[in-house]
Amino acid sequence: MSDVYEALVKIVGKDYASNHHEERYFYGRDPGLMTPHEADCVVMPKTTEEVQEIVKLANKEKVPIVPKGAGLALTGLVIPLKGGIVIDMKRMDRILEVNEGARYVVVEGGVTHGALRDYLNKHHPNLRNSLPESPPITTIAANVVIHGQGRLTNQYGFNSDMVNGLEVVLPTGEVCKIGSCSVGPYWFSKGPPLPDLSGLFLGWLGTTGILTKVGLKLYPKKKIKDLEVLVTDKEDLIPDIIFKITHTEMVEDLAIWAQERPLMFRGNYHINIFLTADSEDELEMKRKMVYDSVQEYVDSKDAGFMTINLDMRRDFMDNPQKSMTAFADVRRGGGFEYAGPIIPMELYPECARKVAELAIKHRVVYGGSGRVIHGGHCMMFSFAYTFNRADLDEMGRARKALHEAAEFVADKGGVLWKPNIDEQKIMMERMDPNTLKLMTDIKKLLDPNGIMNPGNWEAK
Amino acid sequence: MQQQDYVSQIHRCFRCGYCKFPTDYSSFNCPPYKRFRFDTYSTGGRLWLIYGWLKGEIEWSERLAEVLYTCTTCKNCTEQCPMRFAPDIVDWIVGARSDMVEKGRIPPRVAHFFESVYGYGNPLKLLRSDRAAWANGTKMYASGDEYLLYVGCLGSYDENGQKMARSLVDMLNAAGVSFGILGSDEECCGNEIYMLGEMGLFQNLVEKNNQKFKELGVKKIVAICPHGYNAMKNRYPALGASFEVYHYTQLLADLVKGKKLKPFQSKAKVTYQDPCFLGRYNNIYDEPRQILQSIPGVELMEMEKNRIDAFCCGGGSGNFIMDLLAGGEESPARVRIREAYATGADTLAVACPSCLTMFTDAVKSEDLEDKLAVKDISQIVKESLTAKKK
Repeated sequence: MSDVYEALVKIVGKDYASNHHEERYFYGRDPGLMTPHEADCVVMPKTTEEVQEIVKLANKEKVPIVPKGAGLALTGLVIPLKGGIVIDMKRMDRILEVNEGARYVVVEGGVTHGALRDYLNKHHPNLRNSLPESPPITTIAANVVIHGQGRLTNQYGFNSDMVNGLEVVLPTGEVCKIGSCSVGPYWFSKGPPLPDLSGLFLGWLGTTGILTKVGLKLYPKKKIKDLEVLVTDKEDLIPDIIFKITHTEMVEDLAIWAQERPLMFRGNYHINIFLTADSEDELEMKRKMVYDSVQEYVDSKDAGFMTINLDMRRDFMDNPQKSMTAFADVRRGGGFEYAGPIIPMELYPECARKVAELAIKHRVVYGGSGRVIHGGHCMMFSFAYTFNRADLDEMGRARKALHEAAEFVADKGGVLWKPNIDEQKIMMERMDPNTLKLMTDIKKLLDPNGIMNPGNWEAK
Repeated sequence: MQQQDYVSQIHRCFRCGYCKFPTDYSSFNCPPYKRFRFDTYSTGGRLWLIYGWLKGEIEWSERLAEVLYTCTTCKNCTEQCPMRFAPDIVDWIVGARSDMVEKGRIPPRVAHFFESVYGYGNPLKLLRSDRAAWANGTKMYASGDEYLLYVGCLGSYDENGQKMARSLVDMLNAAGVSFGILGSDEECCGNEIYMLGEMGLFQNLVEKNNQKFKELGVKKIVAICPHGYNAMKNRYPALGASFEVYHYTQLLADLVKGKKLKPFQSKAKVTYQDPCFLGRYNNIYDEPRQILQSIPGVELMEMEKNRIDAFCCGGGSGNFIMDLLAGGEESPARVRIREAYATGADTLAVACPSCLTMFTDAVKSEDLEDKLAVKDISQIVKESLTAKKK
């Protein structure tokens, strides 16, 4: 590998390539529970051309490459399972264009959600992106590659649905544009009215190409934000409550959470209802519609709106929500991971019971949360378990709980989101054989040498 | 927090990356991460590597030591980390350094720093007898003086620091403040020694200084350097100190407020660098600004990242001498000079000799010497008084 390292130095300069053990060690693991595997080299390109050169080198040398954003999927998706080169994309950090009229932005492949949030706040205060609750270091490209979600997911779908075009370095080194930007200067569509080729890259976990540019839809940023929290102790009511609230089409974001710590929350299901408006009148109208939609449950005392203190309100309104990250250290252990299957709403009650049941069985602390996707067509349900990073036994128990959760949900018909390699197997085992064959053929066609994030989405 | 507690706590870092940012997430605000860009050089990376080292998964190497010692202990991570252990992060890093010191596993430049302070009482390895060469007749501290002016190592030996010391002495004299200095009897404050993890030497310095202050009957100290101010304010009391300590900007702000100093006129657009050991460590943000705003004609122009979000000059933890972060356009001082220049200011005001040294070099590297003056606040006040005389 020393030849490969020398070649990388020639491409990006000695400051931005490393084969030191410190980088190989750190880039060989993520904050989750998957087994680490060290990289051989880490490299940080600045331009698309440098990415191309790295990919060509990897093909020539038959060395694996793993493109990496912040590595916060938690499911080991950027662990170099077969060694090779980890490409840290965060030096590709330019925001290239905002088309305010057409409401889109074009960014390089390492731009973080935090940087874009700040840029829009300062330069385009009427626009916003769908910020995930993950930390602000999360890159936009990595987030869309894993079908991430954000604060606008209830209104507009997965963050990958918001992609408006891509520039991709293919596994063989060519640069390819996807969407309207492939035929002209505008990035207003990732596909329609052309064939939508973005599907060759979104959801593939970096196994079919490296996103060097992303066009992303932006949305109106309302002047006023507010929050209501509806609480019920009956999980079976959640699907209907969500159905009724989403019928109003008045809500920005809907997140459901249940957790056992602090104890005051135990046994209750909380629905965070985020409202936005441009005027107080508009806000009150929306609030009234939401109230009316669930009035029958309030009248029957099956649910009620919670009084939210200032600290809690600040926490919830924060986006990204810092307190969500702090969950990792709720028991002073520094770790949590979640299986986050996408499920139809009707599976919520079973999942809500299962997350608690597995916590008891495996003696771990849980958090169960859900985010409504695109007006209620489905939701992401998070089976989250904390663990103490210094307690191997507890880490093992948390791993087992997550695995059982994944099998449970897959058996129920849910689809595992950003699946780790074990969960990918669970999905592929259940997948229609012709679908799996199509995936395999596409992968082989695009990546003939099998260098792209190998180990992921690999059928037997 | 005991130094060795880090061993049982350090696994708690989730490496979420909040530590890399300022409050608005606009850019990276961790000096070594900004400079090197490998995640290993961020606080999360550093803590994970230390944990790996403790678990025996990482061998000591020069690279590991470099990663550990490039942290300037600027405390940006502490401000941004969402976890409950956030206040302890710097202690963990200092604890790990302390372990490396005990094992003799430190970079040569750090070892040289310690040897210089141990042998010469200053990290520049200059003669003790020359410590007061800058003083030009400044009165020695005597019993009954209200303040001991603690000049510090950079104020005593560094060319830029000396200018700072001289102008401050002139200001104190102009205001009729009762003070004196220790001259060649002054010893290193030990702040950097502590941050670099040499606890034995730190304790030795503190005990010597405390003893000296006690013998002289010192009741109040005014420190030129925020690093010294921090050590004396927050570390010395646990080792027996019983004096009050002020940073010079606190005293100058009082003197201006009390009309003991009356800045006259100065036409300047000034931006201000919050020193880490004044701001994030000791919550002193307003006094330096009050002084600048008291000068008629001075327009204060804030950098985008200011107060708790101020980007460190890169000089903390002894790096004003060891310079482990130097080189290239992304060195913290050069980045910060560009941010200062972008405000439209013609003067970058500092309140720390370390910042002064770092930025004086960086402004040259950026070829902005003729466009952006780097001056200490006392120099700016002095110029405004001089203008009155003219």
